[in-house]
Amino acid sequence: MSFRPIRCVLLPLLCVLGLGACERKPEVDDPSRRAARERSLEDGILLGVVGALTGDQASFGVSTRNGILLAVKEENEAGGINGHPIRIRAYDSQGKPPEGANAVTRLINQDGAALILGEVASGISLAMAPVAQAAGVPMISPSSTNPKVTEVGDYIFRVCFIDPFQGDVMARFAHDNLKAKRVAVLRDIKSDYSVGLVGVFKESFTALGGTIVADEAYSQGDTDFRSQLTAIKASNPDAVYVPGYYTEVGILARQAKQLGLRVPLMGGDGWESSKLYELGGSALDGNFFSNHYSPEDPRPIVKDFIAKYAKEFGMEPDSLAVLAYDAAKVAIEAIRRAGTLSGPALRDAIAQTRDFPGVGGTITLDEHRNARKKAVILRIEDRAAHFYTSVEP
Amino acid sequence: MTPDASLSALPTRAGLSAWVPFLVILPILGGLELLTRGSPFLVYISLMVGVNVILAVSLNIVNGMTGQFSLGHAGFMAVGAYAAAKFSMAMDPWKIIGVAVAPSDQIIFLFSLLIGGAAAGLCGFLVGLPSLRLRGDYLAVVTLGFGEIIRVVAQNSDALGRALGLSGIPQRTTIFTVGFFVFLVILVAKRLADSPHGRSLVAIREDEVAASAMGINTTAYKVRAFVIASFFAGVAGGLFSHFQSVINPMTFNWVRSMEIVVMVVAGGLGSTTGSVVAAVSLTLLPEGLRTLFNSLNLNAGRIDQVRMPIYGLLLVVLMLVRPQGLFGTREAWDMWRKRKPTPAATEEGA
Amino acid sequence: MSVFLQHLINGLAQGTIYALVALGYTMVYGVLKLINFAHGDVMMVGAYLGYATAFQLAPAARSGSMGLLVILVVAAAGCALLGLLIERFAYRPLRDKPRLTSLITAIGISFALSYGFQLDFGFFPGAAPRAFPEIIELTPWFEFGGVILWNSQVLSFGIAILLMLGLQWLVFRTRTGRAMRAVSHDHRIAGLLGIPTDRIIGLTFAIGSALAAVAGILYAIKDISITPLMGLYVGLKAFVAAVIGGIGNVPGAVLGGLMLGLVEEFVVGYTASSWRDAVAFGFLIVVLLFKPEGLFGKNAAEKV
Repeated sequence: MSFRPIRCVLLPLLCVLGLGACERKPEVDDPSRRAARERSLEDGILLGVVGALTGDQASFGVSTRNGILLAVKEENEAGGINGHPIRIRAYDSQGKPPEGANAVTRLINQDGAALILGEVASGISLAMAPVAQAAGVPMISPSSTNPKVTEVGDYIFRVCFIDPFQGDVMARFAHDNLKAKRVAVLRDIKSDYSVGLVGVFKESFTALGGTIVADEAYSQGDTDFRSQLTAIKASNPDAVYVPGYYTEVGILARQAKQLGLRVPLMGGDGWESSKLYELGGSALDGNFFSNHYSPEDPRPIVKDFIAKYAKEFGMEPDSLAVLAYDAAKVAIEAIRRAGTLSGPALRDAIAQTRDFPGVGGTITLDEHRNARKKAVILRIEDRAAHFYTSVEP
Repeated sequence: MTPDASLSALPTRAGLSAWVPFLVILPILGGLELLTRGSPFLVYISLMVGVNVILAVSLNIVNGMTGQFSLGHAGFMAVGAYAAAKFSMAMDPWKIIGVAVAPSDQIIFLFSLLIGGAAAGLCGFLVGLPSLRLRGDYLAVVTLGFGEIIRVVAQNSDALGRALGLSGIPQRTTIFTVGFFVFLVILVAKRLADSPHGRSLVAIREDEVAASAMGINTTAYKVRAFVIASFFAGVAGGLFSHFQSVINPMTFNWVRSMEIVVMVVAGGLGSTTGSVVAAVSLTLLPEGLRTLFNSLNLNAGRIDQVRMPIYGLLLVVLMLVRPQGLFGTREAWDMWRKRKPTPAATEEGA
Repeated sequence: MSVFLQHLINGLAQGTIYALVALGYTMVYGVLKLINFAHGDVMMVGAYLGYATAFQLAPAARSGSMGLLVILVVAAAGCALLGLLIERFAYRPLRDKPRLTSLITAIGISFALSYGFQLDFGFFPGAAPRAFPEIIELTPWFEFGGVILWNSQVLSFGIAILLMLGLQWLVFRTRTGRAMRAVSHDHRIAGLLGIPTDRIIGLTFAIGSALAAVAGILYAIKDISITPLMGLYVGLKAFVAAVIGGIGNVPGAVLGGLMLGLVEEFVVGYTASSWRDAVAFGFLIVVLLFKPEGLFGKNAAEKV
């Protein structure tokens, strides 16, 4: 039998054309899924968590999981929801969208999770959201800032602000407070978060009359930024916008100092972590970043959270842990108000979240299911971030 | 079958019997499609398994049968995934005149799969033509480099969504389509292995210099094998993007290519059966570990972290215990043939 | 001009690290024709060993050249042992099997090490980056017109060149080196001639892994941050460097490493930085198309 590619391909094509009519759109009201969903509190409350516990985003996923574990532990010690304990099941997304979608499918359909918490990266949340939406199980992303995530459907929420707001805040800050005319941007090309913020920043800053003098990039996991910084230094900017994660920015600041780049660096909430100061040391002094809250915030809830987190996990919380903690608290609060685990009731309860006192600021969910929160701008001095100013949405 | 009968009857008989596998498999797939309705997790896992089987079987044509060493299969998958997704998204508001919406969607989906496969096949040709002249390990590096270049291109292109990737790709992939392409790639691999073309590939694997001395145009054969493999990787990418509905560059990095190579080697280089079995079991292994840990009620927050180190160690153990892979170079249908002495007659039905 | 000089310094500093790791790839490939994908992870283990050692030393003993020496020796010894173990248990049983088999065990070891180190319980360090202590005080060694050359960069470069010369001497001027070359040529015939093949291959792994450990420490001194996945990225690039230089060739690996460092640096400095990785691999492909054995590799005739 000789190999005949034409027949091998054409024949099956005809067959598929003939039988191609078996398309099935995802239906929310599939009876089996409704059965999985319509459970009361007595059946046990299981929260599904998806985060990158391994891989190059593992430090963010682990922080997120820790924040959620702490919130649930507190609630359970206080008696759970109407006396029912809350259980957690955390799956690893390995920082990959397919793994995230896989995990959320399993959590909802196999494990019977009533609600999904996750992911950090918008790219992964975007892969998870359609699954949750189709199954009618609410999903709260603690820290995915891309606007597209909650646009997937009415079951998808977030407790952080979105890129357009945070990027714009920093563009205004650079223009108004730093009086910068020439700004260089440096993005983490592997992170949709960083790429998104830089995009917004460039647009806002040029609209304000400023000039972007250099647009450079690095990749998550890099540790040598000297080439980019040398190029940026040669462009002679007034400030540099680096909205990356603390895993890279700490060393980046150190190398900027070594190369004699003596202008302020600006960043976003991805900076917030005690690791930043461990990696960057005194080189970070005089830099600014936007965040959800100030770790110096005198509110007892903040002090309390930082102390408990340090006791539980032996390190200080980063902003991802804070947001995850808040997301879990919002979720638990909504379950308590709904008094049931049915999807639509939970969805409505979450959507009604108003003035929720979170560690990372007061959370009010708007009609697009995004949190409306003010942003604070922090200035780093002496290995700590200090309140500088705050911006209302 | 007597020789004279086969001589006279071969064309029509082969023509008819070529249809037999399709007639057998299509109702089975249709049945599976119906049976799995209402269990989304099963569907999801099956689709994932199917895509990995297509990838492993197609890579086996290059790495197993031809003995070349490609480390860029995820790159070709990425090309197919992006091309198919872009086409589908552009065509999404349209439907074919005179056809209901659902079948029209499926026809467009089929075209987008073919476009994805063709784009990947073209890339396979462009990469393969110069680089298949290189010796083993150098080819590995070039294909690995190609995969990484694809990733960087996607990260730098606004049309491909940069780091966020493409989202909102219509969800069209069903058990039926994936099953069908799984079947198709296995059939192509089997027919290829049984053909003179396939024997030339094996000759190249066993000794390239000798094969060339026998008059085999080694580069042409290698490029053809490479293009077929790339085509199916592209189709797999298209199928993948149409059930994930989201693709981004990091999904297709070189670690993904490694995973596919691992499937091929673990199954046994050159054995299509082995690739299928390894792809199925290695895709299900992490889920199995999850179920195991869940039932043991281990610390729920940490179970998943130990999966990857365990996976790595299992690979080492598997290779030490069975260096030739699960199946060596044997095939399931070889065992079938041994019992039936006339291979030509049963070949089609396997 | 000063910008150009600064780029040159940066590129050479990064290239030095690539070169040291590439040496390990090239040595192992030379004797076994095996791409040791776990090599980058051995470098990562070296960096963590150095990190742990530094915290065992008293703060006073930690800094200064004595501290550096202790850290280098401990990490190199630990990694040499790790390399021996990997060779003994993951590669030696498969030496006469198809080479792809050892490649899979290499990938398995790489996964086990890099993901194992990400665990956040027991003695595992966890996924978050650690800041390597400042062993040598950073001072400008040379400063002119805004261009700064740091003492750590000079030190790294010096150590790398010394190690490379030492390796060259070992391979071409000693009996052991001659045995290595014989094993590299054909390990079965070398065995027949009375060369202790197993011991020579083990030694090669030990030396390559020790070099990786040194590279890990120098990397950590240069860039401070160490993570469990650092080996994957640097390992991949170093592998590319080894291939560019002609895999199996000692000076080729060093020149390939330096060249790759400089190419990346100038791509970032003078064109679009987001294309860096693509250009690095594009450079590799172009080199291989015109010189299929690498820039400095010997074009060996194929056996019939």
